[in-house]
Amino acid sequence: MSDATSEKNSEWMTIISFSGDLDKLWPTTILASTAAANGMDVTVFSTFWGLFPLVRDGEKIGHDQMTKMMGGMNPPGFSKAKLSKMNMGGMGASMMRKVAEKNNLMPPEELFEMSMDMGVNMWPCQMTMDLLGIRADQMRSGLGQPVGAATALARMAKSEISLFI
Amino acid sequence: MEDVAKTVDATGQTCPMPVLMTAKAAKELQPGQVMLIKATDNGARSDIPAWVSQTGNELLESGEADGVMTFYVRKK
Repeated sequence: MSDATSEKNSEWMTIISFSGDLDKLWPTTILASTAAANGMDVTVFSTFWGLFPLVRDGEKIGHDQMTKMMGGMNPPGFSKAKLSKMNMGGMGASMMRKVAEKNNLMPPEELFEMSMDMGVNMWPCQMTMDLLGIRADQMRSGLGQPVGAATALARMAKSEISLFI
Repeated sequence: MEDVAKTVDATGQTCPMPVLMTAKAAKELQPGQVMLIKATDNGARSDIPAWVSQTGNELLESGEADGVMTFYVRKK
């Protein structure tokens, strides 16, 4: 199989950012920024919980009672990101951030900004926005246009590296 | 060693900063110019050479003294 449509671009990387957990936002933003530094064309498609860090801190999301309640239980924003293990009501996440700071590891929100400065495409998932009631004006500036699964897949099909984090 | 056009001081920085700082500095160099990168992060020992080969630049010399790694890189 080597027809034109199946050819992959060795200089492309696509990350599906699904989790939104603090400890997974680090590899997402570290790999995205480093790949951009290596001269690669990088896209991060943020979907489901992965979309939550892209919402500005303090924004209230939800378009009806149920989704507003869900937004309250799982508030958006980088500052609210939980640890996938040992979160313990946010204490684990807070400790992890302190350990990172002590060791000069940049917080993921700063690595995210640096990634965008370096030209990484940040694609919000349109379906997640509609499903959970997240408006474009509630999200950080500098993101790409919201897109759907087919657009993300078309990009993955041509990327030598595709990751689901 | 040839003239160093730019020095990147990434000492005290951890992954991925030494590579990001190096990539940023490389953009400000003219082809043929040499930059010196200083780092203390253990990951940089392999990461800077990996970045150099991935981006098609040239590693002229590398060394380590008193816990500080040094890399001389020529921009292609």
